[in-house]
Amino acid sequence: MIHSLFLVNASGDIFLEKHWKSVVSRSVCDYFFEAQERATEPENVPPVISTPHHYLISVLRHRIYFVAVIQSEVPPLFVIEFLHRVVDTFQDYFGVCTEAAIKDNVVVVYELLEEMLDNGFPLATESNILKELIKPPTILRTMVNTITGSTNVGEQLPTGQLSVVPWRRTGVKYTNNEAYFDVVEEIDAIIDKSGSTITAEIQGVIDACVKLTGMPDLTLSFMNPRLLDDVSFHPCVRFKRWEAERILSFIPPDGNFRLLSYHVSSQNLVAIPVYVKHNITFREGSSQGRFDLTLGPKQTMGKAVESVLVSSQLPRGVLNASLNPSQGTYTFDPVTKLLTWDVGKINPQKLPSLKGTMSLQAGASKPDENPTINIQFKIQQMAISGLKVNRLDMYGEKYKPFKGIKYMTKAGKFQDLPTQ
Amino acid sequence: MSTSVLYNDQGGAEAAVEAGLESTPTSSSTGAAFRLVHADFKKNEDLKEMLESNKESLKLDAMKRIVELIAKGKNASELFPAVVKNVASKNIELKKLVYVYLVRYAEEQQDLALLSISTFQRALKDPNQLIRASALRVLSSIRVPIIVPIMMLAIKEASADLSPYVRKTAAHAIQKLYSLDQDQKEQLIEVIEKLLKDKSTLVAGSVVMAFEEVCPDRIDLIHKNYRKLCNLLVDVEEWGQVVIISMLTRYARTQFTSPWKEDAMFDETNEKAFYDSDSEEKKDQVKAGPYVMDPDHRLLLRNTKPLLQSRNTAVVMSVAQLYWHLAPKHEVNIVTKSLVRLLRSNREVQYIVLQNIATMSIQRKGMFEPFMKSFYVRSTDSTHIKTLKLEILTNLANEANISIILREFQTYVKSQDKAFAAATIQAIGRCATNISEVTDTCLNGLVLLLSNRDETVVAESVVVIKKLLQTQPSQRSEIIKHMAKLFDSITVPMARASILWLMGEYCERVPKIAPDVLRKMAKTFTAEEEIVKLQTVNLAAKLYLTNSKQTKLLTQYILNLGKYDQNYDIRDRTRFIRQLIVPSEQGGALSKYARRILLAPKPAPVLESAFKDRDHYQLGSLSHSLNIKAIGYQELSDWPAVAPDQSVRNVEVIEPVKEWVPLVGKVKKSKSDSKFYSDDEDDKEEEGSDSSGSEDSSSSSSSSGESGSESEEESSEESEKTSSDSGRSSSASEESTSESKSEQTTKKKTKKVPQEKKSKPPAADSSSDENGNAPVAQASSSSSESSSGSESDSEGDSDSDPPRVQKKVEVKSKKEVSLLDLCDFTPAPTNAPKPVVLSSSLLSDLQGLSLSNVSSAIQVTTSSFSPVKTHELLHHMTGKGLSAKYHFPRQPCLYQPSMVAVQIILTNSSDHSLEEIHVGGRSPASLNIHCFNTIERLEPEASVTVSMGIDFSDSTQAANFQLCTKEDQFNVSIQPAVGELVMPSTMTEQDFCKEQGKLLGMNETSATITMATANCSSQAISKQVLSVANVGVVSSTQNNLHRFAGRTVSSGALVLVSLQLKESSTALLTINTEKSVMGSMLLRDLKQALAQA
Repeated sequence: MIHSLFLVNASGDIFLEKHWKSVVSRSVCDYFFEAQERATEPENVPPVISTPHHYLISVLRHRIYFVAVIQSEVPPLFVIEFLHRVVDTFQDYFGVCTEAAIKDNVVVVYELLEEMLDNGFPLATESNILKELIKPPTILRTMVNTITGSTNVGEQLPTGQLSVVPWRRTGVKYTNNEAYFDVVEEIDAIIDKSGSTITAEIQGVIDACVKLTGMPDLTLSFMNPRLLDDVSFHPCVRFKRWEAERILSFIPPDGNFRLLSYHVSSQNLVAIPVYVKHNITFREGSSQGRFDLTLGPKQTMGKAVESVLVSSQLPRGVLNASLNPSQGTYTFDPVTKLLTWDVGKINPQKLPSLKGTMSLQAGASKPDENPTINIQFKIQQMAISGLKVNRLDMYGEKYKPFKGIKYMTKAGKFQDLPTQ
Repeated sequence: MSTSVLYNDQGGAEAAVEAGLESTPTSSSTGAAFRLVHADFKKNEDLKEMLESNKESLKLDAMKRIVELIAKGKNASELFPAVVKNVASKNIELKKLVYVYLVRYAEEQQDLALLSISTFQRALKDPNQLIRASALRVLSSIRVPIIVPIMMLAIKEASADLSPYVRKTAAHAIQKLYSLDQDQKEQLIEVIEKLLKDKSTLVAGSVVMAFEEVCPDRIDLIHKNYRKLCNLLVDVEEWGQVVIISMLTRYARTQFTSPWKEDAMFDETNEKAFYDSDSEEKKDQVKAGPYVMDPDHRLLLRNTKPLLQSRNTAVVMSVAQLYWHLAPKHEVNIVTKSLVRLLRSNREVQYIVLQNIATMSIQRKGMFEPFMKSFYVRSTDSTHIKTLKLEILTNLANEANISIILREFQTYVKSQDKAFAAATIQAIGRCATNISEVTDTCLNGLVLLLSNRDETVVAESVVVIKKLLQTQPSQRSEIIKHMAKLFDSITVPMARASILWLMGEYCERVPKIAPDVLRKMAKTFTAEEEIVKLQTVNLAAKLYLTNSKQTKLLTQYILNLGKYDQNYDIRDRTRFIRQLIVPSEQGGALSKYARRILLAPKPAPVLESAFKDRDHYQLGSLSHSLNIKAIGYQELSDWPAVAPDQSVRNVEVIEPVKEWVPLVGKVKKSKSDSKFYSDDEDDKEEEGSDSSGSEDSSSSSSSSGESGSESEEESSEESEKTSSDSGRSSSASEESTSESKSEQTTKKKTKKVPQEKKSKPPAADSSSDENGNAPVAQASSSSSESSSGSESDSEGDSDSDPPRVQKKVEVKSKKEVSLLDLCDFTPAPTNAPKPVVLSSSLLSDLQGLSLSNVSSAIQVTTSSFSPVKTHELLHHMTGKGLSAKYHFPRQPCLYQPSMVAVQIILTNSSDHSLEEIHVGGRSPASLNIHCFNTIERLEPEASVTVSMGIDFSDSTQAANFQLCTKEDQFNVSIQPAVGELVMPSTMTEQDFCKEQGKLLGMNETSATITMATANCSSQAISKQVLSVANVGVVSSTQNNLHRFAGRTVSSGALVLVSLQLKESSTALLTINTEKSVMGSMLLRDLKQALAQA
């Protein structure tokens, strides 16, 4: 399966290599670099590349390419999914997954990779098991280690690998038992110039942070489970129970995990929480363009729209923009032509707007396309689909846990199409 | 001399330039590298010193630095001797790092690597399974050919290890050994065969992986394990699932007949039915009837379906491809939603999924059409995602949605990503050819694009228009004229060439314009690109042939220009054309045909999807993604015309399963039940997946937690062995209390049950399927299983599942009513796997346990062994599609204690649904039957299990009754074997003797029998007896005396069986009962059973 792994940074240096079978020369990456050169954008490097003797499957995360070398037929998604798990694990361990973080923790990285794959076949990918095997480095632990000479590697043998619930480590103990669930929904939408919705859909996840002693068995039920159209579960969820009763019943992993991701059925109309009025014009022959953009809340059920960020890729002909925001700050990068406007919170009484002029390259013809506008926002304490958790119960343990549920709506890929 | 100086100079200059180019940091870094090489050498020296020191921390530091070197790809092989010494270190981290080093460099330093081997060999014998596993892991990762025999031995040993984790490691090691030495294949296949039989979910994925790598063609190894793999699938870890699913896809394609052909036929008939009368329809359906999906085929589809909900995208994709390649056409649609869900994932995942959707959408538009909007392109998508989405949208286009798609395409054409805009234009071209209604619209739209400012857009439009015009002969002249007008403003060579080609091809339609274009070209000929020049020459030649009067001179001029062109292609072409068209003295022969050569009608290019030819690769495979056959790609075979023998899967699958059946498992399991699962969960299981415990059968209905605990049982066997008996018995009592508790909750919930029942048909379905296979399986297990005979006892105490209910009955017998409804939809106790390994010592422990649990009073208890013999009640030929089978679940009947419980599996093998299945008239009229509730509707291929109670009044007279559907009535009869009219009864040896004493004389029948030698062990005897009669084992202090006790169901008369072994496999069989008729019949049956081998 996976033969070797190379980590390549943005400037094209291989800064880590790991082989699970016999060593593959790093020159195999040349094919990758070739493809990288051909691609205009870093994202455009094809994820699957064929070379005479190997196949390269790569994943780009945090500006690092994770290039896996494959020697024979294997489902590409298998490798891709695994690579993403590797990245997730690194992030989990080091907080960030950057070149520096990886270089600083080479030994831990190596130990992790060693445990995650055996002969190229995934062995332990559950973070709970891995954490039992290799303790994540914390500042405190690093200090203690340097002083006492103890190690990151777990002293006990990982029994989790053998347990009934491989995703949960054994012998968990907390003084404060708490379980938090975040229902986070994202709206993907494309809105056309007249403000009508071309597509809109809601995707949601329930992320959990569970810190409970022992082996708790939780059930989570919804007020309106019918909303959930298509779901995918963490392996801990008992599928049968969901099929029969629409109740999530599970023994949670310890710590943070994604319990569920779902798609809200398309029959339901999607409420669009913000609207954008924009008027971006270029006149033929003039080297000036006008830019006028106003945002406003819409169907927010009285909740405030926060952390609003508007970004737009302006046409290549635009040299600079001098704009005047009614609130927040804006930046325009003359090289990438990316305009971003950090709006902050939308005040319904005084709608935020961004107005001004853009200077165009002299003599250049009028750009024939107006830019798309991407919007990001957050709305706290609301799940836009109306999904509500009914109750959370715990069985199997005696103590009373502290339970909390938080709702949030975010913009996913929220776009306003160009006017013309 | 001077040259060399010059050369040197140059070199120096170059170096200087280079140095200049490379900015300061790099130059300094090269310097640093220089030093590093030097320092490396020294550093390695001090690393060596550190490794040889006595301090653990120093060693550890050294190893860490070495690992850093390895990670950077630097060579640290010279440290090998120093490192290898630490292989036996006590410090775990140090040891692990040494392993890392060893695996990396052992290949290069084979001799030295041998030094470490003995350490691993020792560790392979360690009592801790994790240490054994890690030793095997490292040992097998050292790629040193000399140790192949050692590895082989280690693998063989580990594959028989008690710990499933070690066995998993062994499966991994198989692949490593195989890649090291292919000669070991045969031996390795043996190990694989052995491991394939393994019941543990931990092992399944890894061993299938090994199978795929070592012997993917040995499909015969899978037969016996097929059902087990299907059933375990849900509980295997996600990576294993992917591998197993793709292997099973391949397997299924070789073993089952195609579900598709009939489908097509079915569609036809449906269509016909529209027009024809009903009678016609019926006839057709009968014709379509013969295809019946193999139950194993169905099993696979059913068991993979829940995995569509997996969070692992690879799993979802592999299920999708399985459905695509194996499911009947109308079922494939269920994967759509999940695939669309994956589009929310990372860029790379999207890329692969879109590729697969593209291939699927060519053949099956309908699948993705409702989700069209999910394929709308977003400006933030990367280019290859955009192109794939475009591809899919084009595939999905049809008359109904084309206007929406074209509108969407319009925005794409304006995209700033020009490569994408060009691809969009291509896509518009494809839509135009595929959907004739919009051809004109598209063509007009494309013509409008010709005035676009962007060159690439224009060029692409021209190229596409050219293709379209070729396929659409009408109204070309207008467009050609328009293009001629634009010709001057178009600069992209490809576009210019296309216009020229069009002019030439259709020059007769535009007789005035073409020569003028040629004139313009003559002027600019020298400045044009090659491709334009070539087309100019073509145009000239064609015009010369059609309109030589006007263009003769122009043509000659152009040919002259071409003759002296710098490019040899153009010179060649010019020479060729000249010879062809201009009649000369020698070469006149060809010129006659010039017209036919140059102006031959040309076939229109086919505008089709780039994914058209990818469908012969298995979806989701690397080969499919690359559109190249990847190394090691296994072709999916075509469906066999005739299905290979399906019984190969039947027989043996049960055997390994039975061997494993544990009693231990059960005890352990309920312990874990009470520990991990809430009561709630417990009674859910009672209600839902039902008392008879299909969960244990690990059929599809097994919940993850459930079989998770199974695997735990196995993994913890080891520890179990050492644990004390008392511990075990306490756990057992824990079990009974927890069950009684859940019992109470069950009662509260009884009201809910009926609804539950309705929602349950799939579960019932599954188990009935299982039962369909039962007869064969049973036969094999009863005939050939002397080795695993221990199970009968083991099950006796803590039970296989069916008795579980009964046990409850025992605990709270008054609660029977609450269970009544539950029983109604109880799937049959299946013959399916009940895994466990059992050591004999354990067994005896448990036996003791069960004794202590049972009070001395005589009570009806669970049956110790429940062979399920299924009998045919109604054949589907006589039943017009309705088939029925029945068997005796050997549970106390909950309707009335005097009734014998019977379970009937109704299957609809016709192609229309059957309604209102119920029991009609009965004979003898006095026969007391508790009927099942009317089944409103049974879909085709579906089956349902129902329970009945029949009071046979302790006679073997058959119960006749009618099984009715809405339309028909069928007379059926159930003939009970005498052994089924008895309920097991538990009593102590003393009680037995006491009761036996009361039943002497007339009430005693006895005979001396000769037993088959295979039946002489005590396990085998109990097994045989229990297979004949539903009696309970009475533990005996005498080895040669076996006792069994039961009560007749109706009257509750005691039936006591005792068997006294004598020399040379003869025995005295005695039966004491008031019902002397039954006694003699039972005697005859037992005699027969025991005489059989």
